[in-house]
Amino acid sequence: MDKMPGWADAVLVPLISLILAAILSALVIIGIGEDPIAAFNLMVDGALMRSSGWGYTLYYATNFIFTGLAVAVAFHARLFNIGGEGQAMIGGLGVALACLYIPWPNWYVALLGATVSAAIFGALWALIPAYLQAKRGSHIVITTIMFNFIAAALLNYVLVNLLRPQGAMDPATAKFPEATHLPTFQDMFSTATAPMFRGAPANVTFFLALLACVFVWVLIWRTRLGYEIRAFGHSESAAKYAGISPVKITIVAMLISGALAGMMALNTTMGEAERLVMNATEGAGFIGIAVALMGRSHPLGVLLAALLFGFLYQGGAELALWTNIPRELIVVIQALVILFTGALDNMVRMPLEKLFLARRRKA
Amino acid sequence: MDFATLLQVLDSTIRLATPLLLACLAGLYSERAGIFDIGLEGKMLAAAFFSAAIASITGDVWMGLGAGILASMALSVLHGLASITFRGNQLISGVAINFLAAGLTVLIAQDWFSQGGRTPSLIGEGRFGPITLPGAEAAAGIPIIGPIYAELISGHSILVYVAFLMVPLTWWLMFRTRFGLRLRAVGEAPEAVDTAGVSVIGLRYVAVGICGILCGIAGAYLATALQAGFVKDMTAGRGFIALAALIFAKWRPWYALYACLLFGLLQAIALRYQNIDLGAFIVPVQFMDALPYILTVVILAGFVGKAIPPRAGGEPYVKER
Repeated sequence: MDKMPGWADAVLVPLISLILAAILSALVIIGIGEDPIAAFNLMVDGALMRSSGWGYTLYYATNFIFTGLAVAVAFHARLFNIGGEGQAMIGGLGVALACLYIPWPNWYVALLGATVSAAIFGALWALIPAYLQAKRGSHIVITTIMFNFIAAALLNYVLVNLLRPQGAMDPATAKFPEATHLPTFQDMFSTATAPMFRGAPANVTFFLALLACVFVWVLIWRTRLGYEIRAFGHSESAAKYAGISPVKITIVAMLISGALAGMMALNTTMGEAERLVMNATEGAGFIGIAVALMGRSHPLGVLLAALLFGFLYQGGAELALWTNIPRELIVVIQALVILFTGALDNMVRMPLEKLFLARRRKA
Repeated sequence: MDFATLLQVLDSTIRLATPLLLACLAGLYSERAGIFDIGLEGKMLAAAFFSAAIASITGDVWMGLGAGILASMALSVLHGLASITFRGNQLISGVAINFLAAGLTVLIAQDWFSQGGRTPSLIGEGRFGPITLPGAEAAAGIPIIGPIYAELISGHSILVYVAFLMVPLTWWLMFRTRFGLRLRAVGEAPEAVDTAGVSVIGLRYVAVGICGILCGIAGAYLATALQAGFVKDMTAGRGFIALAALIFAKWRPWYALYACLLFGLLQAIALRYQNIDLGAFIVPVQFMDALPYILTVVILAGFVGKAIPPRAGGEPYVKER
């Protein structure tokens, strides 16, 4: 009755928020004495006009699809999983252990094994906060923040004291065996005459991320479990009345969320670095929050938002290379997107709702 | 460990506990009023940058302190707008503020100073120097008590004393004044406060404002007293440790002091000893780093005295119509 049409809620609100974030970002760029239009052109040129640029854009997007889906699944159960970063770190540990200690015959079996390992490690890291939220009522936001820091300390310890090869200086594991090498876009799409995606880190994990989008869509909208998760997210008391166990839904939703976040490490660890390094997550766990908010927790929205952030990441790297604008500009844009699509959502929504209602009354 | 080393460790405990304590008390005001604030880190970081930047430009550390408080207040107002006026999600707003501060500080630092996202080192009047309390030199000769007074209690910057004085002040304000009663009520049952004719929105804005001031002092202390200048991400998770201390203290001022001293001690030990050899096994430095967070999770789990946050925390208040 007193509602906006669905398309306005799904498309118009995020779009206006995005435009507001873009305007403020432009003002920031002007503030530091650079030309925002030239900067934007440079970003488009570096991220989208060459196949190697696309290779980086899609590489970053792969990370953000996984972490965005992770946050989105938890959002559906009205859980704010801020711990994607920690879950991805521990997922990376799962990938490294699987790649280093199991002799895989070829890459696709290795990818399958590493995926399972990453998902299990990530899910387990989400299990304790989930259990504490479900059974003891500890706030999941606070526990997952704490678990991010604990994960960083744990990973630091494991890399420095246990997995670092003899005589190596930097805290990282040994290089993974050749059999675990994932085909990059360069391997897959280059022909003898026309090299494509040269030197870019995008790899086969991107398709795994697309599969994950489909999986989450089917899970949330086409299965009984997804229905239960959504029902629980809309109203805990109604869900309880319908015989849905809050404990079960909280834990299962967080396990799936943690598994998706953990799988993000496949891209950076197995696909790109081919060894586990200290900062393998590159902050992607937090960008997942922005991606899920912008994508309205829908897999298609997450995919589009992840592509946008992939573009911003690669474009930002180009800016840092060619101008005086540091990479941190991306962090600012990310903050503005989170602010407008998440926290100040009502600021955009309220006037829009009034507008639509006024138009309807006239008609 | 001899007496002199012990004194040194305790001395650095006080230095490291100060920013935690200020931020922790800042969070206490906000969360007692029902506004969750995970943006403590961002506010501290913004204050650290602006205090160092203005102190280095003007050469006057008090101007720096003022600028730091203003920067932190600006983010507080943003948090208030998002979570009080527009009834948005307070946690998401906090996350956004943290990123905003992390990005903007480096961006502006690069633009103003072109030193890779840091400010020039502060010297002379640009820093808060140590204050020697009266009689410290004369007392230094007395065994045991003398060095404790001269080295442990005397010789800190003024902001350290401000931080420790804030504890009794906060306790008095919270539990002995009408303002404090209303502030606590607004975090437990805002509808009751509203019925009594007191503005919920006004009280919450005041609480968020006080939070901004204290975070501002905490950030200024980091950049102009503990260290000499701003470097990228210099808060290094202190805002979250302060949040942990707040939960550990169950939102009470005196316990906040003890929690911050404990976490400060952990940091001081981790800084000084790296890996601690206990004979049977070695405690790795990473474990010491993670200990505040582990302790907080244990407390949150309710195995050792359950931590229950203010009842209306995180809920935007909607007046009945």
